[in-house]
Amino acid sequence: MSNPLTQISWSPYVVGAAIGILSWFSFATADHPLGITSAFEDTAALAGKAAIPSLEETHPYYAEKAKEGDSPKIGWEWMLVVGVFAGAWLSAALSGDRTRMTVPPSWKTRFGASPVKRLAAAFVGGAVMMFGARLAQGCTSGHGISGALQLAVSSWLFVIVMFPAAIGMAFLLYGNKGTQHV
Amino acid sequence: MFDSPDKLALGLVTGIAFGFLLQKGRVAKYEVILGQLLLKDWTVVKVMGTAVVVGSVGVYTLVEGGWASLEVKPLLYGGVISGAVLFGIGMALLGYCPGTSVAACGEGRRDAMVGVLGMLTGAGLFVALHSMMQPIIQGMGNDGKPTLPEVLGISPWAVVAILVAAGILAYWLTSGRTGWRKPADLSGSTHQRAI
Repeated sequence: MSNPLTQISWSPYVVGAAIGILSWFSFATADHPLGITSAFEDTAALAGKAAIPSLEETHPYYAEKAKEGDSPKIGWEWMLVVGVFAGAWLSAALSGDRTRMTVPPSWKTRFGASPVKRLAAAFVGGAVMMFGARLAQGCTSGHGISGALQLAVSSWLFVIVMFPAAIGMAFLLYGNKGTQHV
Repeated sequence: MFDSPDKLALGLVTGIAFGFLLQKGRVAKYEVILGQLLLKDWTVVKVMGTAVVVGSVGVYTLVEGGWASLEVKPLLYGGVISGAVLFGIGMALLGYCPGTSVAACGEGRRDAMVGVLGMLTGAGLFVALHSMMQPIIQGMGNDGKPTLPEVLGISPWAVVAILVAAGILAYWLTSGRTGWRKPADLSGSTHQRAI
């Protein structure tokens, strides 16, 4: 049998179960659920403070967060995000699944080969998605996996609203005809 | 400004495992995420559903034993609902979720790298508008940090048991049908036997 580390893909059930077990590990060792987006908020807040030091006094965000005992920092979750990049790189490098793709094939079929168009959509999509994640205080990891497995009502509400919104948007983008290409 | 070095190292190790799994699960790929949103490829639901079912059993065991505590996010209706709608729209446009965007960068995908720049911009916008957003976030009420078993007035283990049963049922109903399982899944099953 071939080495599992060099295989391009594993069963989604094996991966899902392993992520579930990883969440036990993160609760047991760091008392922390798996989540991604608060590290982005912290990075933006720290960058703002570094670029314009007076912001810390003049912008209400910093005072409000300090009052909550939740000042922006480089913490466990920040390193988790760095690790996700490194782990995915390692997995793709071991299996030869690395790519330099800019325009995914189904996007190309539907919207053309223009990299500018694809990258503009990716930038705007990323910004809107992150703004939404911070309004809701979680993402597909923080709410969708970690919150749902804790049986949190807020997280189940997030999932129940988020997936139909995403599905609706995907059908708006691709239409019924476009779905044949994905 | 910084957590302790051992906590940082722990976060890094946990993240490496998480990113490795996301890449092996093929969810760091545009086609797989859009395939899920267009209801043609159920990889994302399989990965997330299995993670939730398996995770809930272990995490509630840890909480019961006093080895960990729950970290439930507040039920701020305005923030959760408006945030979920924006999140869904943005994710469909980008084709990756936050964690899988970062993993897709590790895979080398250029559109995900620009997506991450967009995410940083969105985070900056949220920080800048933080006070202005509070009426929207708090607007529809704050119900604290309830869990499903608290709301239903039953033991958490009853809810965990329902989740496990639902997961097994969903697997049983779907695994035999052609069309639900794609060729990539079949290679995954081979791997399952390998370990």
